[in-house]
Amino acid sequence: MTGATSMDVSRRALLGGLAAGLAASGVRAAPSTPRHGGSIRVASIATSTADTLDPAKGNNSTDYMRHYMLYSGLTQYDGQLRGRPGLAERMETRDNVNWSIRLRRGVHFHNGKPLSAEDVVWSLMRHRDPKTGSKVANIAEQFAGARATGPLDLQVRLTGPNPELPAILAGSHFVIIENGRRDFSTANGTGPYICRAFAPGIRTVVTRNPNYWKPGRPYLDRIELIGISDEISRVNALLSGDVQMINAVSPGSVKRVRASAAHQLMETPSGIYTDLIMRADNPVTSNPDFILAMKYLTDRELIKRALFRGYATIGNDQPIPPFHPMYNSNIPQRPFDPERARFHLRKAGLQNVRLPIYVSQAANASVDMGSILQEHAAQIGLKLAVNRVPGDGYWATHWMKHPLTYGNNNARATADLTFTLNYQSQAAMNTTGWHNPRFDRLLAEARASTDIARRKAIFGELQWLVHEYCGVSIPAFITLLDGYDRRLKGLFPIPLGGFMGYTFAEYVWWDA
Amino acid sequence: MSGSASAQRPTWIAPLRLIAARIGAALLTLLLVSMVIFAISGLLPGDAAQEALGQGATAGQIAALRHEMGLDQPGPVRYVRWLGGIVKGDPGTSIVANQPVSKIISERLPNTLRLAALTSMVAVPLAFLIGVFSAIARGRRLDRALNVLTLSMVALPEFLVATLAVLLFAVKLRWLPSIALVPQEPTLGEFLRAYTMPVISLAVIVVAQMARMIRAAIIAELDRPYVEMARLKGVRPGRLIFRHVLPNAIGPIVNAMALSLSYLFGGAIIVETIFSYPGLASLMVNAVTSRDMPLLQACAMIFCATYLLLVLIADTVAILANPQLRKG
Repeated sequence: MTGATSMDVSRRALLGGLAAGLAASGVRAAPSTPRHGGSIRVASIATSTADTLDPAKGNNSTDYMRHYMLYSGLTQYDGQLRGRPGLAERMETRDNVNWSIRLRRGVHFHNGKPLSAEDVVWSLMRHRDPKTGSKVANIAEQFAGARATGPLDLQVRLTGPNPELPAILAGSHFVIIENGRRDFSTANGTGPYICRAFAPGIRTVVTRNPNYWKPGRPYLDRIELIGISDEISRVNALLSGDVQMINAVSPGSVKRVRASAAHQLMETPSGIYTDLIMRADNPVTSNPDFILAMKYLTDRELIKRALFRGYATIGNDQPIPPFHPMYNSNIPQRPFDPERARFHLRKAGLQNVRLPIYVSQAANASVDMGSILQEHAAQIGLKLAVNRVPGDGYWATHWMKHPLTYGNNNARATADLTFTLNYQSQAAMNTTGWHNPRFDRLLAEARASTDIARRKAIFGELQWLVHEYCGVSIPAFITLLDGYDRRLKGLFPIPLGGFMGYTFAEYVWWDA
Repeated sequence: MSGSASAQRPTWIAPLRLIAARIGAALLTLLLVSMVIFAISGLLPGDAAQEALGQGATAGQIAALRHEMGLDQPGPVRYVRWLGGIVKGDPGTSIVANQPVSKIISERLPNTLRLAALTSMVAVPLAFLIGVFSAIARGRRLDRALNVLTLSMVALPEFLVATLAVLLFAVKLRWLPSIALVPQEPTLGEFLRAYTMPVISLAVIVVAQMARMIRAAIIAELDRPYVEMARLKGVRPGRLIFRHVLPNAIGPIVNAMALSLSYLFGGAIIVETIFSYPGLASLMVNAVTSRDMPLLQACAMIFCATYLLLVLIADTVAILANPQLRKG
């Protein structure tokens, strides 16, 4: 497995919950000993008729959580986003292209069918069929083929080398379903919980899977998953005891949750960011000096303090967050420096131009970020007209379609995924549309390399290239806030998303 | 209604003809509305394929899914097919949930009807009492007090009422749940607990509107000469209102009620959102954001049909209650 040898001791010590959950031998205080039983209700940010039991179609945190309750992946994330063995007992490769996978013995689907290699082949390759409507079709394009070589053995061939396959396969979209399954009116997985009721847009009810492949787990008897889209209502539901866990607590509600003796907050620093996108296909926004001017004009401290009330990590105009193992800490932090911005703007000869900038509530905090930028720009003689457009339909009609727009980026498990999906020249979602041959060459080289130090060096340089040349300004990474009842134990942050990277269901227990 | 059928047939025919005309007009309106709904929903930016695949989709993926969903057919073809389905009672399949629209709606419609019925049961008698008493006491202290009350109820947005109620009764006192999750087979207690706050929040708005319109309708009657005549003849106030004024004011009152009650369908969106109540209004908003046109169009048709039905009932009652129209 990737990185299985490198262990960051201090970080592991921080993740006490992980240690308690994984190593039963750990001597800990009595209240932390997992116990069976209990029924909780969890409220997520959204529920709609698009809710699905099809892992390939998972669209938001509610879906990801539901899928991790019902299904298991070949691998599972740990606190540092590494792919740990899940249904796959072993994953081996010599060249990062051909992978041999050995499945765990004695795993059964909820309907009693034993897990076989054919199920895995189907679950992976269906993402390549356009009819599946998979959300991760572009990631699955690298699966050149997969075939079963035995009841529990299979070979996966990639189109090119990728040492991070184990981490990629831990994503909720790649969890394992039954061979040939196309009907998702109910779920048949190997996950910790069994689907009892599923009403899209209303609720999901799951109960404990007594035959789960991790002995003793999960702990809860029953979970009801609902969605409360209104943040204030969600916090109210938590505080009134109607739900035991909520995600996406806004920084403004932190005080209320902290004031309650019965509740607690979990902070998850994430790689999620809101970015200003300067398109490379426009003569103004592609000008290197203009790009630098905008980057120096971004007041990161103010954004962190005023917009996120401190619940954010300062960004450095590149998409890898500081807690990530591949983070390059040698790039100096870019300061807020209006004078340098003025210098670059003058050098670009773009003083007194007037530019529209598109903001929307669809891109988290972009409305305020745009207003701050507009203020600062006015002081150095750049006129930005902030166009506030509706969130509904924003991604299809505005995002990336104008020279200056704001976007949101989800956290990806690996640096490779982040760069491949959003920064590579040929990527369909190359948001800025930049084209940097050196970047593309290095990215391919990183893929082909099995040497971890070499890969880290290359990813470090890629971060520098984006920081310096790419038309993207990344002011801050958002810290996710989950609120929960104190009686709920066993939680620790997994930086992919709230609710322990959506996987809380198999880890938590009810201590009442 | 009075009169024996054989001798006085014409008294039946005139109002029947009027009502039939109203029904015809309602159906025609519904047809026009269906065209408008279909045309306008086509104007929304983006479509279901784009929304389903989200931010990261490529043009190729979108085109494939669009074909899969039948979105690449011309508009008129889709309209005729859709209208035919609606007439036969089959509004199609939700392209987002991949389930029949009728099934999705059948899960939500009872919720909306229940909430609307409970709210009406609270709101109608209350509004009626407030309206009548305030009209009788016109200009006096009671009337002024009720006026201030109803005006402030109209002015208070329901999200404020609902949020304050949640903060007080759910978070602070813990008497009532903050979300209206009704269990599958609720006991009477659970049922009442779940519905109390949503019903109160909705009733606040509806009662106020209705009461003010009822008051105005009764006052209009009270100014008529026959009321003065009755007073001069010494008719007692209670009898005056219930025997003489109300039968004449029934038309406007029923109309006022119909208008207010129609609000309980589409207008319940805010209450549905705050209490996470799975009703039709939030379903429709959901359909708009996911560009699920069959579902959106079906919801819009239900709202329009309900509105027309309520107005039709009000018209019918008004026709039957009006002796001039009744006699033809």
